[in-house]
Amino acid sequence: MKALILVGGFGTRLRPLTLSRPKPLVEFCNKAVLLHQLEALRQAGVTHVVLAVSYMSEALGAAMREQEQRLGIRISLSHEKEPLGTAGPLALARDLLAEGGEPFFVLNSDVICEFPFAVLAQFHRHHSGEGSLVVTRVEEPAKYGVVVSEPDTGRICRFVEKPRVFVSNKINAGLYIFSPGILQRIQLRPTSIEKEIFPAMAQEGQLYAMELQGFWMDIGQPKDFLTGMCMYLQALRAQHPEKLHSGPGVVGNVLVDPSAKIGANCVIGPNVTIGAGVVVEDGVRIKRCTVLEGARIRSHSWLESCIIGWSCSVGQWVRMENVTVLGEDVIVNDELYLNGANVLPHKSISESVPEPRIIM
Amino acid sequence: MPLKAVILIGGPQKGTRFRPLSFEVPKPLFPVAGVPMVQHHIEACAKVPGMKEILLMGFYQPHEALSRFLVSAQQEFKIPIRYLQEYAALGTGGGIYHFRDQILSGGAEAFFVLNADVCSEFPLQEMLAFRQQHGDAHSFVILGTTANRTQALNYGCIVANADTQEVQHYVEKPSTFVSEIINCGIYLFTPAIFQHIGEVFQRNQQELVLYPYRGEESSNGWQRAEVIRLEQDVFTALAGRGKLYVYKTDGFWSQIKSAGSAIYASRLYLNQYSKSHPERLAQNKPGGPVIRGNVYIHPTASIDSTAVLGPNVSIGEGVTVGAGVRVRESIVLHGASLHDHTCVLNTIVGWDSTIGRWARVEGTPSDPNPNDPYAKIDSETLFRDGRLTPSITILGMSHLHPAPHSGASLRLTPHALSAGCSVTIPAEVVILNSIVLPHKELSRSYKNQIIL
Repeated sequence: MKALILVGGFGTRLRPLTLSRPKPLVEFCNKAVLLHQLEALRQAGVTHVVLAVSYMSEALGAAMREQEQRLGIRISLSHEKEPLGTAGPLALARDLLAEGGEPFFVLNSDVICEFPFAVLAQFHRHHSGEGSLVVTRVEEPAKYGVVVSEPDTGRICRFVEKPRVFVSNKINAGLYIFSPGILQRIQLRPTSIEKEIFPAMAQEGQLYAMELQGFWMDIGQPKDFLTGMCMYLQALRAQHPEKLHSGPGVVGNVLVDPSAKIGANCVIGPNVTIGAGVVVEDGVRIKRCTVLEGARIRSHSWLESCIIGWSCSVGQWVRMENVTVLGEDVIVNDELYLNGANVLPHKSISESVPEPRIIM
Repeated sequence: MPLKAVILIGGPQKGTRFRPLSFEVPKPLFPVAGVPMVQHHIEACAKVPGMKEILLMGFYQPHEALSRFLVSAQQEFKIPIRYLQEYAALGTGGGIYHFRDQILSGGAEAFFVLNADVCSEFPLQEMLAFRQQHGDAHSFVILGTTANRTQALNYGCIVANADTQEVQHYVEKPSTFVSEIINCGIYLFTPAIFQHIGEVFQRNQQELVLYPYRGEESSNGWQRAEVIRLEQDVFTALAGRGKLYVYKTDGFWSQIKSAGSAIYASRLYLNQYSKSHPERLAQNKPGGPVIRGNVYIHPTASIDSTAVLGPNVSIGEGVTVGAGVRVRESIVLHGASLHDHTCVLNTIVGWDSTIGRWARVEGTPSDPNPNDPYAKIDSETLFRDGRLTPSITILGMSHLHPAPHSGASLRLTPHALSAGCSVTIPAEVVILNSIVLPHKELSRSYKNQIIL
């Protein structure tokens, strides 16, 4: 089977991290987002994945060649010269996708969940419609595409993108499977699958919804990235608790790369991810954070709800909180206070940021 | 030559800008660089050859802390020290006039008058030498220093003859620029001053007769003829009459009006210790905490060896500082406890407060501009953008039971625990630019607030 991953955009909402890496290569819980998806697809029998990209395709290309070997999966890059939206890329990759005549998966590169690809394929085979999409329940549906479907068959009656009044609490989770026929509907131009293709398909009774089990998160922005991390670690606790870290000073769900070093008298967790080669010195307190590869957190600092970028150096007695995000190679001097700071790569911070601000 | 010194210590109605610190202890006893504010004055006075007696003058009711301080200061400096209580707030001139007989008793030929709420190098002997060279046996000397043009407006401004240093003009807090030379609140008088103050007193009495206030308080609280202000009433009149001189000093000087200025004054005194009394400062020792810059640590304090203290830190009696604690530009008062990994910056930590692990307590420095050699400390505006924004974080003190106001006695019982205990800052929070009043137990972070 095949799959198309909509990598597309510049990932601007996940800046400053995406100024250094293409978004699919940012590590989520110590593994590149894209890799979470590729591994799940591989497990469901997908042998060929097409990445629809419009940005930084060289870095991605190199990483993907490496994964091809490792996973034993074919990875093609479909390069948009102009952004084609969420449907256009299917037209661009038409030949690759139609090859073989089987249904193919499509997914947004920002989605993290317990990927149900095998179950989805089965669900799709059981009805006669042209497309199946995964839906999930959320508390605030107005931020997303909302789906109204028949409870027993799952046939979608209505599809409303970002409704202003409450319509339903089930939203489009960004995971689909389509029969090749859908490619007739899509032209090679910027097209929104949610606004232009799905409503028509729904009206024709061609679209079916399958409810997702387990957690779901769109991790395209730092706040949600951290929330998604908490959910993922919780699921990990349920399914593979041996992968989580334990020991003195570890509280709740904590994931630590084996090459990371943690000093004495630290209290780490709950909900912390520590990447490869990270050094955490003595007396550090970290809660609800992602610390990316190669960063160093110096002694007696206190971090909550932060993302620390690759190779950053956080000084001693630093306090950072409230979704502070440090881009790659940022240095934070000793004894500072950062509250909701969004710091671009290679910056040196020598003054506190007491109120949320972007530091260029 | 027999000399005396009078230190004006004010009273409870004065010094409101020093709140909440002044709720608990009379401002002149507040510790600066490890010792009560006026002890620096007393030490300087006691060193002057010929000094016979030091008189503290103010309108606080006598109380335990003050009495105990006087006893210990007399023992330490081996000079008689007495407290003269004004029956009412008589102003900077009224008190010394009222007690003129006491001041002149024992044949004092000259006497210093020093305001308690200044921090200075106290060049008293230089002032005496200056008087020998300028003026005559009956001249008075004001200690002056240079401020920048804008800030000078906040002080008493002195215009002096460049050759003779005679004061030609004196204005207290003018609204337009008069001079960069400002009054440091330290004076050298002879008995002749009382004649001039007496003239003011007579004038006041006549005015009262002509314009009786009938018990109404006028806008500046004048009710009595005996309330006399040296600056507005005496110096302005004496200027230009060949009697008043100014001795300009380049030594350090600062007012101590607010909590922020207490931290700044500590810095100035600790810096002086490094030159004159280095044994009073903490040193780096193997097995001891890391000391950066000038730090004072009371001998009974207990400091973990992984703590990093300084610059400009004063640690009081019985304080405990845990592992990995960082303190900078702060005063930590008696009995406070800083738990592991805390970070305390630009803060006054009150008596017996507790700061939980990994908490961050931070104020904003209110220093004069370091690039302007004549900048003086700003009188802090508590309001910014219409909001109260205290700039030094203060954790209010505990287990003192302030009696009701209007000068009634404050009973200090420092070793009795009160049920409400001290200010407690929980672990892992941030307290930024806030003032926390005594007995408060916080449960979350606060920024830019006064917490009652």
